[in-house]
Amino acid sequence: MIPELGQFILMLALAVALVQGIVPMVGAQRGRADWMALARPAAWLQFTLVLLAYFCLTASFVRHDFSVLYVASNSNSALPLPYRVAAVWGGHEGSLLLWVLMLSVWTVAVARYSRSLPLVFVARILAVLGLVSVGFLLFMLVTSNPFDRLIPAAVDGRDLNPLLQDPGMVIHPPMLYMGYVGFSVAYAFAIAALIGGNLDATWARWTRPWTSAAWIFLTFGIGLGSWWAYNELGWGGWWFWDPVENASFMPWLVGTALIHSLAVTEKRGGFKVWTVLLAIMAFSLSLLGTFLVRSGVLSSVHSFATDPRRGLFILAFLVIVIGASLILYAWRAPRVGLGQRFGLFSKESMLLVNNMLLVTACGGVLLGTLYPLFLDAMGMGKISVGPPYFDTVFVLMMAPLLLLMGVGPLMRWKQDDAGSLARRLRWALVFAIVAALLSGWLMGRISPATTGGLFLAWWIVAAISVDLIERLKPKPGMGGSIVGRARLLPRAMVGMMVAHLGVAVFAFGVAMVKTYETERDVKMGPDASTDIAGFHFRMLSLKDVQGPNYAAAQAEIEVSRDGKVIALLAPEKRIYRVQNNPMTEAAVDSSLLRDLYISMGEQLPTGEWIVRVQHKPFIAMVWGGCLVMMLGGLLAASDRRYRARQTRSAAIGGATAGRAA
Amino acid sequence: MKPRHKRAAIVLGVLSAVGMAVALVLNAFNSNLVFFYTPVQIAAKEAPQGRTFRVGGLVEAGSVKREGVTVNFIVTDTLKTVPVRYEGVLPDLFKEGKGVVAQGQLGADGVFAAREVLAKHDENYMPPEAADALQQAEKMRNKMAGTLAATEPAGAKK
Repeated sequence: MIPELGQFILMLALAVALVQGIVPMVGAQRGRADWMALARPAAWLQFTLVLLAYFCLTASFVRHDFSVLYVASNSNSALPLPYRVAAVWGGHEGSLLLWVLMLSVWTVAVARYSRSLPLVFVARILAVLGLVSVGFLLFMLVTSNPFDRLIPAAVDGRDLNPLLQDPGMVIHPPMLYMGYVGFSVAYAFAIAALIGGNLDATWARWTRPWTSAAWIFLTFGIGLGSWWAYNELGWGGWWFWDPVENASFMPWLVGTALIHSLAVTEKRGGFKVWTVLLAIMAFSLSLLGTFLVRSGVLSSVHSFATDPRRGLFILAFLVIVIGASLILYAWRAPRVGLGQRFGLFSKESMLLVNNMLLVTACGGVLLGTLYPLFLDAMGMGKISVGPPYFDTVFVLMMAPLLLLMGVGPLMRWKQDDAGSLARRLRWALVFAIVAALLSGWLMGRISPATTGGLFLAWWIVAAISVDLIERLKPKPGMGGSIVGRARLLPRAMVGMMVAHLGVAVFAFGVAMVKTYETERDVKMGPDASTDIAGFHFRMLSLKDVQGPNYAAAQAEIEVSRDGKVIALLAPEKRIYRVQNNPMTEAAVDSSLLRDLYISMGEQLPTGEWIVRVQHKPFIAMVWGGCLVMMLGGLLAASDRRYRARQTRSAAIGGATAGRAA
Repeated sequence: MKPRHKRAAIVLGVLSAVGMAVALVLNAFNSNLVFFYTPVQIAAKEAPQGRTFRVGGLVEAGSVKREGVTVNFIVTDTLKTVPVRYEGVLPDLFKEGKGVVAQGQLGADGVFAAREVLAKHDENYMPPEAADALQQAEKMRNKMAGTLAATEPAGAKK
């Protein structure tokens, strides 16, 4: 009964989404306030319905209803409860449902926190979000229904992919999806503004906190995914340039560009047309990412052949969303007009370069991800583009980006003077060079490439410090203590500094771990030992252990340094019973300065194991940097300015929007 | 500089920067493409020496031999075989008789020195390259069987 109920509720949700997508939109064109007012209740109703449908699917998982195809393919009677709840998004159909749920969460968030925005604008935004929801609900109901029955019912399920049975995996997809879907809000704002013809600084100010919010979730999701891969895949790598990762990284790059370009639009009225294009691109890439990862196109382009409707629907949906947006863009954008002029040497120029670098980097990733798929689909042979390509593209684009990250924030809008800027930053430059050489020297080896990376990290830190010191200096007419002045700094500004600091921490971690990591594959049995990077690893014992749905061989390895025991690690090789798949469960001893990483390879006929031991200096900073970036985003998004001044400008915006409509 | 010239300078600067960036990206792309060859193609000496490429197929049953951390095995597309040498930990789903993809370089001795061995996350899932190699071999076998049947008794040629 429950699956049928769920399916029925989904159909109702589709009907509500249609109403939400059409009525307020038409109302906004005709100036009918009553039609426009329908947007908010429709958004709430749709949210309630999708949530109910989601509960229905969860209930089927919790109750082991193996007569539901999706449950039978992704769960098992031995699967622990938390993983049964998380298994809802373990496959294609459930992921789509989660996507729609997230979309309706964002939609009601917009409905709730847009009281100060003019009704015309809100009606259009919610209508666009409703239309996106229509697309996804249709896709689900037509091609990927999670409630499809399996007749006769399976005796037991095929189990959740063992790789996904990890706490990190429980929260990774929802966070990532919150980020993906969050860009739909920025997109809806852009489309609504294009239709209404009121693309201006006010629009940018309204969009900024929403874009930052989506970016925060995406940053968290990607960081978490990387951390999960590091801990769970057993290789000790943290980024593989896998198409799945690239799919989430591309919207992040464009989203980051969008955040910066929105700053110019808000402060100087410039880049408007470009900003709108970025908003459309960010959302399109989110859609592409969702489909790439979940449609199975990556494991084989031919998997579409098993269900051609799915592939066709996806293509049609992408074409409609991107095509319609671009047509609207081409029609409306030329009327928007340009912002204020700016000089060659100004903050605007710096942000322009930032945008170019980020978008080019995204283009490079897109090329490397899609071109092999394209060739394969055309039957023109198989190629692969490996990490060396992506690494090269990234060093090429990120090195100038990080260099300018130090300079840009200190520059003035419109026009600045190179001489004075050089004077302000000369000590930062000296500090960065010395610090880079010193940190390399402390690690025992100085190489040019690493020194370059470390220099960029220290350079950003130093430049932020200069910026902060200048801003905290007493100025005429601004008294008070240093704490008082610090309090007066706008949150958005502090957020930017913190986010940039996060990039520095990240760059530092990457430079360190890439250069100074060591790994060794050794043959180990009880009492065997090995040394890397000054650490002594000794295997104490080997034993068999039983888990709820797996059996494992477990090694106990003692790590010591200078005769002092510092950790006892227990890596496992698990065999999950249902799918009969082996899984490497690495054991990691983490600290801020280094990780020790042990994973078990395979057993030799002699009973010994091939064991991989790794020493990874400063790898925690890779994820630490992501967390700091996120914190910066949170600070920036919570700036009071985005809420306090809305009421006044909303009246003006409402007036113009009213006229346009 | 007049404002008009200044704008022209900005536009020119932006264009040349973008052009340079794109050129660099494409260059990196070109030099890092990894092509894929089947054991049949390698046997026909179509694969390059001294350049990294991928080979895919099945791990021949009984061919996996370990000496410490070095492992030797044979990749087959059921028609031709390639000996592969690899040092290190093999992925969890590496099994005899299952699909595999190895990336590395072909040595002068005809042994493929793999730097990376890929076997994917699912026991039923065949790496696309491996599946492709088997498919091509199958096609070729059918063709060959056809021509062989026409000229001489089948099975005379191994």
